Amino acid sequence: MIYLDNAATTLRKPQCVIDAVVQAMNSMGNAGRGAHSNSLSASRVVYDTRCKVAKLFGCKRPDHVVFTCNSTEALNIALNGIFEPGDHVITTDLEHNSVLRPLYRLEKEGVIALDFVPADKQGRPNYASFEGLIRENTRAIVCTHASNLTGNMIDIARVGKIAHNHGLLFVVDASQTAGAVPIDMEAMDIDILCFTGHKGLMAPQGTGGLCIREGVEIRPFKVGGSGVHSYDREQPSPYPTRLEAGTLNSHGIAGLSASLDYVNQIGVEAIRSHENALMRRFYDGVSKINGITVYGDFDSERTAVVTLNIWDEDSSMISDVLFEDYEISTRPGAHCAPRMHEALGTTEQGAVRFSFSWFNTEEEVDAAIRAVAELAE
Amino acid sequence: MRVKKPTLIITFATTTQAMAVEKFCGDNQLPGRIIPVPREITAGCGLSWKAAPEDKEQLATALEGSGLGYEEMYIIEI
Repeated sequence: MIYLDNAATTLRKPQCVIDAVVQAMNSMGNAGRGAHSNSLSASRVVYDTRCKVAKLFGCKRPDHVVFTCNSTEALNIALNGIFEPGDHVITTDLEHNSVLRPLYRLEKEGVIALDFVPADKQGRPNYASFEGLIRENTRAIVCTHASNLTGNMIDIARVGKIAHNHGLLFVVDASQTAGAVPIDMEAMDIDILCFTGHKGLMAPQGTGGLCIREGVEIRPFKVGGSGVHSYDREQPSPYPTRLEAGTLNSHGIAGLSASLDYVNQIGVEAIRSHENALMRRFYDGVSKINGITVYGDFDSERTAVVTLNIWDEDSSMISDVLFEDYEISTRPGAHCAPRMHEALGTTEQGAVRFSFSWFNTEEEVDAAIRAVAELAE
Repeated sequence: MRVKKPTLIITFATTTQAMAVEKFCGDNQLPGRIIPVPREITAGCGLSWKAAPEDKEQLATALEGSGLGYEEMYIIEI
């Protein structure tokens, strides 16, 4: 089987990640719920992981790294915790539903007004629109670092500068880039970075979080057990406790800790270089085949994603044949990115996404190219 | 009966702060260890740093210089 659905989740994890989870499940108690050695070992792993996450993303304060079960939870915490009635928010056509649906709900509830930076037919955002859409009551720009559909990246540093020049909060969805592309919150003017562990970081599912710039206030989305100040009626206000009610996924976080060591050992740039080389090899192989339409911008910075259609075939059928006849795993359909499909003109057909990871090989890419060529004949 | 003796207890706002201080003290060979917060200080739960009363000045100076912070320092009979 050739697994090319790494933008959904990386299937293959480093052995050190698996070992760390097993070890944690044999030894760790509940982090922050007691002072016996089992609880403390969990608390130490969780704290150590906060430090590693903070270092990887250039977050100045490890205690401003909040763990969640994925990017969606992180984005919900961020987006439901920063806006006041009457705020205006700018986002983009490139977004995943994990950004769109929380914002649509706030819009429907009458809390925010929403505007979109449009994308062109190649899925590229119109950068001039960010500045053009800013109003007196604009509170934030919320945008993805890279489209999960096309792999096009947004120049986050450029957008961050616009946000900060206008005194706006800048919230970034790094689901597609964390671990696979360098991110520096300071250099990119990011106020809240939302990430997941199970994609580019190669950690277990159920890990992720948000990194918060010092001074940015987020109201808690959920409240409950904190392990401290138990007789207070309100959730304690210091980060990360403010946003971490309930037992953390410490077993998963132990895996995330090991995956961060693994990523740091190889280097994010080296991972990116390998994944991009596979993506380019696949693109070069399929883009010249008659009947293939490839979506996205291949002349700018991008992630290791190639999304295509074959003639006018239903993308779901192509993905199914790829798996049944060639044992190649891909993702068809809408990819939870409705506005991006509207911009590309693929709402009916969907598209077949091939996404590559550190563990994929050139041989796998070549097999996928041959399969696409056969299906296009 | 267990004999009670004066003990330095340092409290924290969060578990994360307690872990940061534990790591800092370990890295800098500072005395003490994590224990549950004694009921004499708060009936809530949470972690605190326990050390000998004579270590108070050294720990206060080190922690204030570290920027990590703490809630309070107490010397109590436990």
